Amino acid sequence: MTINPITASAAEIAGAIRAGTTSAREVIDAVLAAIRSRDKALNAFTAVTEERARAKAAAIDAQRAQGGALGPLAGVPFAVKNLFDVAGLPTLAGSKINREHPAATRDATLIERLEVAGAVLVGALNMGEYAYDFTGENVHDRPSRNPHDTLRMTGGSSGGSGGAVAGRLVPLSLGSDTNGSIRVPASLCGIFGLKPTYGRLSRARTFPFVASLDHLGPFARTVGDLALAYDAMQGHDPDDPVCAQKPAEPTLPRIDDGIDGLKIAVAGGYFRKGAAPEALTALERVATALTAKREIEIPEAARARAAAYVITATEGAALHLDRLRTRAHDFDPAVRDRLIAGAMVPATLVNKAQKFRRWYRARVLELFAEVDVILAPATPCTAPLIGQQTFVLDGVELPVRANLGIYTQPISFIGLPVVAVPVPLKPLPIAVQIIAAPWREDVALKVARTLERTGVVAAPNPSE
Amino acid sequence: MTTKPDALDGLIEAAVQALDLPFEPAWQPAIKANLAVTLRQAALVSEFPLPDDTEPAPVFQA
Repeated sequence: MTINPITASAAEIAGAIRAGTTSAREVIDAVLAAIRSRDKALNAFTAVTEERARAKAAAIDAQRAQGGALGPLAGVPFAVKNLFDVAGLPTLAGSKINREHPAATRDATLIERLEVAGAVLVGALNMGEYAYDFTGENVHDRPSRNPHDTLRMTGGSSGGSGGAVAGRLVPLSLGSDTNGSIRVPASLCGIFGLKPTYGRLSRARTFPFVASLDHLGPFARTVGDLALAYDAMQGHDPDDPVCAQKPAEPTLPRIDDGIDGLKIAVAGGYFRKGAAPEALTALERVATALTAKREIEIPEAARARAAAYVITATEGAALHLDRLRTRAHDFDPAVRDRLIAGAMVPATLVNKAQKFRRWYRARVLELFAEVDVILAPATPCTAPLIGQQTFVLDGVELPVRANLGIYTQPISFIGLPVVAVPVPLKPLPIAVQIIAAPWREDVALKVARTLERTGVVAAPNPSE
Repeated sequence: MTTKPDALDGLIEAAVQALDLPFEPAWQPAIKANLAVTLRQAALVSEFPLPDDTEPAPVFQA
């Protein structure tokens, strides 16, 4: 099979390299050339690990020449949000301050696991400062730009991770999601994103934000690629105290089993309030394709979002308190002012938010005794313009930066697994959340795959 | 729980002093706006009645 390494999926690239119809070197050459020529417009990359990528590609080609078995991601280029440790680079986490940190001496666990499967790291990606962001803008590195309209936001904070995959610079990237930072850019950039269950994937050797809410996960242009990467990254890691003592539960072998017998409902109430017509259109298309007619109320979702907001503001402030005291002028002012305010919130209110979290988790788990999947919008609207400060939701003018995640926050608050699936509306795509019970990433991926086969969801090519 | 808008100015001034937080007068409006939003969100959570024995979500295991 002849492939175009720029538009091919990860699975197609690995298949072609295994079959010998292309080489890892040819793929990496093409990807590095694409990054050189097109990332000027997208600003997705903050570092390109060219030498490392060429060495890894050469090793894969040599392994094949010697008849060695190649991994499931053999020769697949990928890049990571720059809060992942990459040996030889300081871990920026989108900040100016961390540029002075010594270079990391070892890769993050998830990079190591993807490379064991044969994937090739090609660089680190732009992000909102210290991940406290839904826009993908960054005052130090300039904004990552949406490949569908470079005047618009990618969404954040994993902005470069969304832009690089949607813009056909790499078929696979990794990001983090504390309140929506995988699902928001997946929605605004029109690609697939998986936020697994809290504790499923190791966060070892990544820069944290809100420890009790931080997740990592992949972005891709097909559901199969999401599953391929996710399966390669699963498994307990003693280096992350939160990583569950669970064996890997591969999803790819059963991803085409279909959705017969699954009970699927649409979230009502809070999850419809404030949604722009395009968000509701996308939701309706997905619900119709799945014949999901039941509407379900996730109880107290607004309060859940509020509690996530409080925990984020205060845990984030605690993380950065010393840096705020000594380096306040080196922060993005928008991040600094939020963190300083967070440092002033009494602990009593944070404790109440954590108690509410326990109550809310129990109520939502009761819903999963009745249904297997809940559908909800991923973002209230398509990509806003870069620099846009406010938008109107449900008749109220609100700051964009804090409110793009209104539909993602109540879900990650209790660590539920979600696949964000892009609906290719014109002129801009927008995603829907496929939400499953804890540890049932397999169910969310099967539903996403079913939708992909119907053509209702797909990652549109910005150049078409 | 309701926070009087004017009370925030006093809270910010006291917190900056008592907690050794960085501050410049030009930052006041943004800090105040952010604090007001966060306390509004916290109030929404606080007013929800929960049993005394509700365990906070993070549970430490020895």
